[in-house]
Amino acid sequence: MKTFLVVDDSRVIRNVARRILEALSFKVEEAADGQQALDACKRAMPDAILLDWNMPVMDGISFLRALRASPGGDAPIVLFCTTETELVKIQTAIEAGANEYIMKPFDSEIVESKLSQVGLL
Amino acid sequence: MKPDDFAFFTKYIYDQSGIVLGADKMYLIESRLAPVARKFNLATIDLLVAQLRGPRDANLQREVVDAMTTNESFFFRDGKPFDQFKSLVLPQLLANRAAKKTFRIWCAAASTGQEPYTIAMILKEAATQLIGWRYEIVGTDLSSEALDRARNGVYTQFEVQRGLPIQLLVKYFKQQGDKWQIAPEIRAMVQYKNYNLLHDFGALGGFDVVFCRNVLIYFDQKTKGNILERIAKLMPPDGLLYLGGAETVLGVTEKFQPMPNQRGIYQLTPGK
Repeated sequence: MKTFLVVDDSRVIRNVARRILEALSFKVEEAADGQQALDACKRAMPDAILLDWNMPVMDGISFLRALRASPGGDAPIVLFCTTETELVKIQTAIEAGANEYIMKPFDSEIVESKLSQVGLL
Repeated sequence: MKPDDFAFFTKYIYDQSGIVLGADKMYLIESRLAPVARKFNLATIDLLVAQLRGPRDANLQREVVDAMTTNESFFFRDGKPFDQFKSLVLPQLLANRAAKKTFRIWCAAASTGQEPYTIAMILKEAATQLIGWRYEIVGTDLSSEALDRARNGVYTQFEVQRGLPIQLLVKYFKQQGDKWQIAPEIRAMVQYKNYNLLHDFGALGGFDVVFCRNVLIYFDQKTKGNILERIAKLMPPDGLLYLGGAETVLGVTEKFQPMPNQRGIYQLTPGK
């Protein structure tokens, strides 16, 4: 079973994402900010990460840069999932190493489509 | 909708578009006609049908047929057919047409443009292999409203997130508020024409590859066979036909046969 780390400061979003991903047979872990996510990755590197941008303590883009620079951090497939929908932000995320990008609001259809594109389904 | 109105309406749509609407489509009919009724200031769908029965109103007719025949579409729909196009169909075209350096592709149910633009983006990505080549992508659809949307190439955030890889969104789309417009150079690669598959489409000319996906399912067997046989006439002996995943030629026509190990792709049957 592949593991998914859901990183979002909103409990509601984490719950929605968990429901969608568990229905697709992923094992889901949660983190409420970038620092918690980094700690979780140090403990056990997940197969994939669903990542919010704006969070307290450490935002998503800082987390992604730190992750990609860390040992084994190039392995997880990272999908941003954010209300940041400007083209320049999307480009920044891709340059930092994001594999895909989901613009909120999202639904299960979009998540499934994106997971297929990155080879997770 | 009253049974008599339903019978009239389903025959009307069949005559106009060849599309067969069964009794199980009542909900679909009512949900799609409601916005048209509102637009024409008709308080109920019964009144809309009464209007259709009356003197010919070209605008109302067009809107009703558009509403009933426009189907959702998305970029890189189903994924696999376009992987096959990149890895198998395009290399085969480049090899077989190396002398003339020209080919034509037809999307026979272009709808709002996602399929032809998907092909256009794939060809753009393969630009280095296509230097010196001339190629055309023709998109046709029964719905003039869908084709207007296709020509504008403007899509919602929801539409660009289903099937389209983010790298291609960034590369080929421009943001317009909360919408996304496909780049002029991609739009310029596709010609759109208003065509009804029931009518003669011979004037479109010949095609090396025809995408006719998820449209035949709406027709009866006889109409399906007739359309496929007329498509076959537009193709060279090595032409290829794409159908939707739930569609087949078996029992419909002998003009085409499945391409071995390539689900969804059909080739002309030799000698037929």
